[in-house]
Amino acid sequence: MGIVTSAPVVYLTGVALAAVGLVLVRRQAGVRTWGIITILFFVFAQAAAVLTSPPDRDMGDLQKILYVHVPTAWMSLLGFAIIFVASLLYLWRRNERYDRIALATAEAGVVFTALSLLQGMIWGKPTWGVAWTWDARLTSQAINLVMYVGYLSLRAFTDEEERRARWSAAVGILGFLNANIVYMSVRWWRTLHQVQSTPETMSPEYVVGLRLNAFAFLYLLLWFVAHRYYTGRMEREAEAQVEERALAGGPAHV
Amino acid sequence: MTGTARSPVQREISRILAVFWKDITIEWRARANFNAVAFLAGLILLLFGFALGPDPEALRSAAAGVIWLTVLFSGVLSFNRSYEQELENGALDTLLLYPGDRRSLFVGKLLANLAFVLAVEAVMIPAAAILYDLPLLRAAPALALIVMLGTLGFVTLGTFYAAMASRVRAREVLLPLLLFPMLIPILLGAVEATAAALGGNVMGGMGGWVRLLVVFDVIFMTVSFLAFEHVIGE
Repeated sequence: MGIVTSAPVVYLTGVALAAVGLVLVRRQAGVRTWGIITILFFVFAQAAAVLTSPPDRDMGDLQKILYVHVPTAWMSLLGFAIIFVASLLYLWRRNERYDRIALATAEAGVVFTALSLLQGMIWGKPTWGVAWTWDARLTSQAINLVMYVGYLSLRAFTDEEERRARWSAAVGILGFLNANIVYMSVRWWRTLHQVQSTPETMSPEYVVGLRLNAFAFLYLLLWFVAHRYYTGRMEREAEAQVEERALAGGPAHV
Repeated sequence: MTGTARSPVQREISRILAVFWKDITIEWRARANFNAVAFLAGLILLLFGFALGPDPEALRSAAAGVIWLTVLFSGVLSFNRSYEQELENGALDTLLLYPGDRRSLFVGKLLANLAFVLAVEAVMIPAAAILYDLPLLRAAPALALIVMLGTLGFVTLGTFYAAMASRVRAREVLLPLLLFPMLIPILLGAVEATAAALGGNVMGGMGGWVRLLVVFDVIFMTVSFLAFEHVIGE
């Protein structure tokens, strides 16, 4: 594993592979290929992380959840950032492509957020003795989940397409700003209440696995978003066909 | 309207005041609505009292949180109505057809909602002071500032999200679902500052939270003001 443990190698390979992914998913036909690459890399990264890291002094093998939990939470936050950028681009360019990216990211994001909360509780129960503490990260992640769900609910309840895109862009922008503000204010709230935080001191043999899996989850996010993006586009095309047929006097259903 | 001699800013201000005055007049002529919301706020205070138990010490220490949750739960009812009355007979479309900046509509409605929620609070907070045995008079100046700042942030986001939520299905659940997560920073700041003010701790934790409330208000007012144009139009 010697070559893999060097940070520049991990970063360069990771970024290069991500670039390959971005090129592949530009066409719908490439999504499946990217999915296979993602799964292979994911299995490799998980295996490498679990096999190379020694059991933690305090946590033992429970530490292994790090390689799933932390990248999941990162992707959930990255999702907010992607929605933010896509929303800004939509309001600026009014291209429905950006709206579809935002929707696809939100649906992937809500899964990552819910998973990160569940994993946090699975880890927290044996470590802290309780499944829930009012820790800044945990609490703001719960609020992020509600914001993702609110965003998707607004989309579900708004029928008219152009209006839905505009509204969800506005909500996406405010949601991203709020996610940051919530985290800061909850952290400050907790500090004032004098609860010790857990410092993130990590020895190098754990960091490698985390880096690898950060990329594995990034690829997973890209795969999910691309997949949902094209599904959304096909839905739209099917709807347009139905409309066209109905206008031509044919049957209104496909 | 003595149109030509006035600057664009003056015209927008008069548009804001016109929307504000229209909403306030409607509210004033149908006072039943204010009465219902104010009494609901009182009822929520009683319900929290029952839920928390009769111990005066426990009630006092929970009072700041109870007051702000009561503001949120009773205030949220007023935002959707602010647009619903416009949707009847297509009044909103007509309002949007008027020349000038559409954001004046937002500011006017914001001010009207602010007046409404502040009026509810003017009834509810003294009631809370009696029910929960709070030192209202001693804390009054600091409390007035905190209530003003907290309510401003609350009403800004409420007016903004109601512009969307009032026009979709399931508006009753959608508005709180969208709005309440956005209010958490303001809720935290307002509750902590109120608790400090009620506890007589004016120089301690309060100042920081008040400054934070100002920052939140400025951020949320700016962003929702900028984004309103995209939300209100057809």
